[in-house]
Amino acid sequence: MKLPVLILHAAGTNRDAEAARACELAGASPHIVHINQLREGTSRFSDFGMLVLPGGFSYGDALGAGVRQALDLHVYFHEELTEFIETGKPVLGICNGFQTLVKAGLLPGAADECGRRSEGRQAVARRDVTLTHNAHDRFECRWVHLAVENGARAGCLAQIREPVFCPIAHGEGNFQVSDDEALERLEEDGLVAFRYVDTDGTRANGRYPINPNGSVADIAGICNRAGNVIGLMPHPEDHVDPIQNPLGDGKGLGLSLFRAMIESAARR
Amino acid sequence: MNKIRIEVTKHSEEGEPRIAAAAHRIGISSLRSCNRTQIYFIAYHAARAPSSDQIKRLCDLLLVDPVTESARVISQPRPCPDDSQTQPSNASDEHVIEVALRPGVTDVAARVLERGAAELGIHDLEAATAAQFRLKGDLSRTDLHRLARDLLCNDTIERYSLGAIEPLFGHSSDSRDHVEQVSLTGLNEEELLACSRERLLSLDAEEMKEIQSFYDEIGRAPTDVELETLAQTWSEHCVHKTFKSNIAFTLRSDGGQALSVEEIQGLLRTCIQAATERVNRPWVRSAFVDDAGIIEFDDQFDLAFKVETHNHPSALEPFGGANTGIGGVVRDIIAVSARPIACTDVLCFGPQNVPPEELPAGTLHPARVEEGVVTGIGDYGNKLGLPTVNGAVIYDEGYLGNPLVFCGAVGLLPKGSHPTEPRQGDRIVVLGGRTGRDGIHGATFSSAELTQDTHSESGSAVQIGDPITEKGLIELVEAARDQRLYNAITDCGAGGLSSAVGEMGEKLGADVELQDVPLKYPGLTPWEIWLSEAQERMVLAVRPCNLSRLRELSDLWDVEMRDLGHFSGDGWLRVRYGGRAVAELPMSFLHDGLPIPSRTALYRERTPDQSSLQTVLARARPVLKEKELLVRMLRHPTVASKERIVRTYDHEVRGGTLVRPFVGPHMDGPADAAVLKPLGTWGHGRAFALSAGINPLLGKRDCYAMAVSAVDEAFRNAVSVGADPDRIALLDNFCWGNPTFPDRLGALVRACQGCYDAAVKFNAPFISGKDSLYNEFEGRPIPGTLLISAIGIVPDMRRTCTSHFKQPGNCIFMLGETREELGGSLLGQLLAWNGGDPPSLPEEPLQRYRAVHTAMQAGLVQSCHDLSEGGLAVALAEMCLGGRLGASVDISAAIGCGFSHPYVPLFSETNGRLLLEVAPTDRAALEEILSDVPVALIGEVTEANRLAWARNGEPVFNISIEEILSAWKEAEAD
Repeated sequence: MKLPVLILHAAGTNRDAEAARACELAGASPHIVHINQLREGTSRFSDFGMLVLPGGFSYGDALGAGVRQALDLHVYFHEELTEFIETGKPVLGICNGFQTLVKAGLLPGAADECGRRSEGRQAVARRDVTLTHNAHDRFECRWVHLAVENGARAGCLAQIREPVFCPIAHGEGNFQVSDDEALERLEEDGLVAFRYVDTDGTRANGRYPINPNGSVADIAGICNRAGNVIGLMPHPEDHVDPIQNPLGDGKGLGLSLFRAMIESAARR
Repeated sequence: MNKIRIEVTKHSEEGEPRIAAAAHRIGISSLRSCNRTQIYFIAYHAARAPSSDQIKRLCDLLLVDPVTESARVISQPRPCPDDSQTQPSNASDEHVIEVALRPGVTDVAARVLERGAAELGIHDLEAATAAQFRLKGDLSRTDLHRLARDLLCNDTIERYSLGAIEPLFGHSSDSRDHVEQVSLTGLNEEELLACSRERLLSLDAEEMKEIQSFYDEIGRAPTDVELETLAQTWSEHCVHKTFKSNIAFTLRSDGGQALSVEEIQGLLRTCIQAATERVNRPWVRSAFVDDAGIIEFDDQFDLAFKVETHNHPSALEPFGGANTGIGGVVRDIIAVSARPIACTDVLCFGPQNVPPEELPAGTLHPARVEEGVVTGIGDYGNKLGLPTVNGAVIYDEGYLGNPLVFCGAVGLLPKGSHPTEPRQGDRIVVLGGRTGRDGIHGATFSSAELTQDTHSESGSAVQIGDPITEKGLIELVEAARDQRLYNAITDCGAGGLSSAVGEMGEKLGADVELQDVPLKYPGLTPWEIWLSEAQERMVLAVRPCNLSRLRELSDLWDVEMRDLGHFSGDGWLRVRYGGRAVAELPMSFLHDGLPIPSRTALYRERTPDQSSLQTVLARARPVLKEKELLVRMLRHPTVASKERIVRTYDHEVRGGTLVRPFVGPHMDGPADAAVLKPLGTWGHGRAFALSAGINPLLGKRDCYAMAVSAVDEAFRNAVSVGADPDRIALLDNFCWGNPTFPDRLGALVRACQGCYDAAVKFNAPFISGKDSLYNEFEGRPIPGTLLISAIGIVPDMRRTCTSHFKQPGNCIFMLGETREELGGSLLGQLLAWNGGDPPSLPEEPLQRYRAVHTAMQAGLVQSCHDLSEGGLAVALAEMCLGGRLGASVDISAAIGCGFSHPYVPLFSETNGRLLLEVAPTDRAALEEILSDVPVALIGEVTEANRLAWARNGEPVFNISIEEILSAWKEAEAD
């Protein structure tokens, strides 16, 4: 049976259809579900084997990117979502979905594994990572190269053999931490999943536009300690067919990330 | 009401360098730094005061990012409108300006805050937002007011205060059911015109007299609701009087001699629609009937395309004007039951470096206009999830007081899915945003000229959009369409409900209750409700039995839905307020009562400068060699890279952008057009192209030439990315001055005649168009500007072409012959020389484009680029920079001869020309396919990193790729 994937749609979500296409091409069975259907109970998180929070501008991002959608998750779905994550099912947040997971305190998640459930609600206010306005302070759309971080907790990423090439399209993708310690913890705990690199795979080291938004340590995506929740700013779902590649070299399909996560779910 | 003020400040001290830089530009150099603090106000009844814990949760979960920000909460802030309290003494050189939206202007953040608070269990509070700017520097009060007015606050939608601002919440006025009877009986022409002026009706004497005699006949005075309804329905904006008028057109020679005199029975009918009828293409599904033009895409789907302008609102409030421009044109696409899938934008601004003291009074600086317009387009398109894929930006002094903002949208709809017949008994349903006092008189306002006082007079005509509400509409209407829940649909654009209901019910009659319209706040009079152009609303005709299913969908997508009445079948428009009729008009008078105006038009041919290019160049100091001219052209803001603008638009969303705005290994070379593959159609290889043609410089010289050239440019751009020349449809958008002046109208007539001739020559139909007239500021018209947009079918998405050179050693062919056509050219502008002939149309343009298309389909063309502003020289430089490759060309190999000066073939702007890159092994095959059309081998692609020019084998000049790049890209940094 194909893996049923829940593609969450809230007011202002807009890359849901592309995410669904990517899941389909990667062998899963995607279902775009409106958050109101989950609230009414006509659909449940537990019906699905994987969750994708796609890109867009949930609620217009009027109070900061992903903030209001994070509140929804927090207020209505805290228990269900915690359970979904704790059972090890994969969760992928792309762009606005990544912002939402970070602002809901679900990425990178609580530091202390055993205290997760009790601390979850506090993690929101205490979080020490964020996604904020691009260093240039404007929305930007361009293709970027992403290296998968060796040794990331998200083990499924190891099967992605080459840097992923796909576009960013965001105004608040600048990954920042509250202090050096927070960054060290991320690095040491293997929570960095993707970094911005140049065409040869060399770290951007902050160079614009290779690192397009000023993210600290060129971080484009992170994961949780269990490795099943992954978030990134760029859009792998916009590069699922070589014809979409602006360089035409056939390399760096973003589809590989969907394949990796969907196959890891199937192996569970 | 009690109040709380929450100040959210960023930890970083970086501040707002752009504001400081802009302050220096307007001559306030003592501003050292500017920092911005976001302010939220919350108001609540004392009995339901939120606890401090609740406020803390609100801050933690919604308002403050703990990593980058911190908050200060102030209970019961004391109002401090002047600089006595928060404003530190001048000696400390720290100053505060606070800016808030005016009441009634859409404040999305405040609404999201209210709903978020409710989720946290904090109910019944009202929110408002403001921005605080903390300024450091030795600034006088005069400086502070200037900073506020010229940079920080737009008086049209915002207010400011030096020091802490007083929050204003919603409107608390009671509902007002006042309806005025406006007696016209016995008024003479002057008094009628005065009545039209005072009420901002924009009706002329003939129209006022027609209304007067109608009401005299039925023996009563019109109500204000009726008068406003007539003014909207009869406005230039809604009914296009000028394009339907009878025109007496005289063509004169420069000496004043009448060359021809003719009667034109409507420009729309005789020029634009006539071309569509004459070419009679079977794949046109809808032209000039619906809110957008529709062509066939594949066996399953059609494509809808519409381009609108939003010039006047963008002149007053650039962000809101452009923002709602996108919102409006996207609703035109929803209104043909299509799913919007892409946007385009073409912008015309004044020069960005104009000194502020040279600006006409009452205008915003063009740099501020550009910043606002670009942000407004990006904000709306990006948030709707639509790729903005094609456009142009043009800079000219003629747009200083009156910028142009063309917004386009494309949609995809299943064949036969768009119902257009409302039936008797159908319910009149409004979906989407609430109605407020915003946008009132937009239609009549856009049918009048701007003056320096327009800013203060027409504030209510300008709005801020709410793209997330519109996104809900897109989803809802698509679902309702697929379930066939409505019989007709239209958007609430200019004229608001009055136009939407009035047009939909034209044949049936309609009965509407205004008290059922959901309002943003109470206090609107009936005519304001009826006329409001509040954004993000659609009107549907729904069979009563489908209402409940439509309501279920509305609930799912969080879209508000209201049933306002029904289509009656008696041919009357009845508008009620609380059951009482406030307007009762026969639809026949509303729609057919408008007298067809007669207008006079005069076009005087202009003799070009008599001095020759030879003498102008000989006189130029410093001496301008070929290379220097090319560099200046590449640096020209209209030609130079627009990356700083285009990258702020999402051009990738929906994953179907195959040819993007920027191409080449560094993804920074200019593309001729966009190619898109609609989501949901990946089962086959067909795609479509979007392109544009526009050249106002040429229009200043000869409007006929501008029109034929714009058609050729849009057409050849589409062909150059792979569109089939036999499947290209055109859209026309005219932006012109006041057409009641015979000279303005005469130029418009010439442009329309050019459109007809070109469309017939290309065998291409016009499927939609729009005119925006009265683009004048204080009596000065803009340069008459015609935008031609094209949509073309790309039969094979694997056979598209881009403009950058691919491979050293490849041959460079030039299609088309070069003529001495420098009238209205970029070279002419650089030399301040108004001589030379303007470009004309080649004899058989279609034949050559068909041949190129055949060669592309055979896979023989590796790159293709069109020649436009700056001619061959600029086009080759662009192909080199995009591919980071050199080229070696011999100009004398190109077709064309007898030039008066050796520079002519480099810079002439003759139409019908393309550059093609072909592998040496494919050369013979290409020459075979192109054997019947003018084409010549002019050089080859090289690894040499230089563009080298020769004439008859003798080197003329060369320029390095670095020099080309720095001219084209770094001009942006100036």
